[in-house]
Amino acid sequence: MSAVASPIRVSGLEKSYKDLHLLRGIDFDVAGGSIFALLGSNGAGKTTVVKILSTLLSADAGTASVSGFDVAAQPAQVRGSISLTGQFAAVDEVLSGRENLVLIARLRHLSDPGGIADDLLRRFSLTDAGGRKVSTYSGGMRRRLDIAMSLIGHPPVIFLDEPTTGLDPEARIEVWQAVKELAVQGTTILLTTQYLEEAEHLADRIAVLHQGHIIANGTLAELKQLLPPAQVEYVEKQPTLEDVFLAIIGVDTATDTPSGPTRKDSR
Amino acid sequence: MTTHLLGDTAVLTGRSLRHITRSVDTIVTTAVMPVAIMLLFVFVLGGAIDTGSSSYVNYLLPGVLLITVASGVAYTSYRLFLDLQSGIFERFQSMPVARSSMLWAHVLTSLVANLVSLVIVVLAAVAMGFRSGAGVAAWLAVAGMLVLFTLALTWIAVIAGLSAKSVEGAAAFSYPLIFLPFISSAFAPTESMPGPVRWFAEHQPVTSIVETIRNLFAQQPVGSDIWTALAWCVGGLVAAYAVAIMAYRRRTG
Repeated sequence: MSAVASPIRVSGLEKSYKDLHLLRGIDFDVAGGSIFALLGSNGAGKTTVVKILSTLLSADAGTASVSGFDVAAQPAQVRGSISLTGQFAAVDEVLSGRENLVLIARLRHLSDPGGIADDLLRRFSLTDAGGRKVSTYSGGMRRRLDIAMSLIGHPPVIFLDEPTTGLDPEARIEVWQAVKELAVQGTTILLTTQYLEEAEHLADRIAVLHQGHIIANGTLAELKQLLPPAQVEYVEKQPTLEDVFLAIIGVDTATDTPSGPTRKDSR
Repeated sequence: MTTHLLGDTAVLTGRSLRHITRSVDTIVTTAVMPVAIMLLFVFVLGGAIDTGSSSYVNYLLPGVLLITVASGVAYTSYRLFLDLQSGIFERFQSMPVARSSMLWAHVLTSLVANLVSLVIVVLAAVAMGFRSGAGVAAWLAVAGMLVLFTLALTWIAVIAGLSAKSVEGAAAFSYPLIFLPFISSAFAPTESMPGPVRWFAEHQPVTSIVETIRNLFAQQPVGSDIWTALAWCVGGLVAAYAVAIMAYRRRTG
């Protein structure tokens, strides 16, 4: 799969719901092993793009391919090379965390589902909670389990639809950490988010989806060049409430969110 | 894809059976209402209903068994609706899983859960005095009839679960099905009913199924009723299955 230069290719994608012309010709490519953030406000159509790429919806026009397979013509091959996590892909609340992982491993027809489950529980610090019903999990644990479920079978492409929506800052940092580790291992990740900070923090490339079009697509540095050159002003930067919150609950934020006065300049 | 149909269905059936074993109350609730109806009719109303020679509980049981299934399948559409609502279906659908296995898992789970409820209701009937001299073959025929009836109603439940907009809507379809046995020969002979009601009672599916099961229990010849009953069950099953698959395709795009 790594032979494909752009594991995700989208060209001229259009989708309408009744009167609403939601996607009006979307084009973008995602390079292998990179994190690509699709940024947009609520209702911009981010989820629709992900649903089309994961074969849950069909497009009205345009083409899309994942790992070199056309999503409309070869949906089975696409499903074999992706996994989907986040907003609308749920975990089973009645089952335990471990049973959820075993279930997915069985459905991916892997051998030793139990071993795979135990290994992932360990990697995501869920070993102690593994035997408990998911309905007793916190939001962060649930999302970690969700991401662990998408790693089963090592799919080369992962879609994360708003992976941190509704999470507290601590859990969000855990998720970010997990996502970064995946990309380091060569997984291609398409992430949707409405949090600018999340895109800034995680993504190699960022595309902005607005009113049915991709209105900007580039690295953070490239996007910054779209603005007039920054004027140098000296302002005393107060720590944000988030910095304070993370500091007093004792989370080590040094590697994830640089705190203090230099925060906005550090990237 | 189809090569994994059986394996995937087995895995997913195991999953939804766990949902049932972890909320045993759904099976108990399914059995409680029919048992209550049976108590009411046998000990309160039954004495006033003339059913000829056989004891009233013997007369009543076949209809109560059908009510058990009709109320049991409501849980199937409820569970299916929740799966669609929660997004777990979308996760499965984005995976290399045989698509129809997701529906078959719910159907097989419904079959198992309803058979357990039916056994509970039969045992309650035995405690209330139900007796049958039927042999193994007759009991197997009764079981086969009930399996067919359950499958037909389950596929109707699948349609309801797939097209419902709310949890209440997902279960509401079963109310008319639960009520149908009351306008049949299940509780009282149709001879006393006024013309149009009697015509309806004698020509709706429940009557032929009830008469077939009743005659099997009583070791009487089943006559043409069994063919009418089979036609209703198989016809309903095929029609409901076709509509359910259409609704599923529409829903999942």
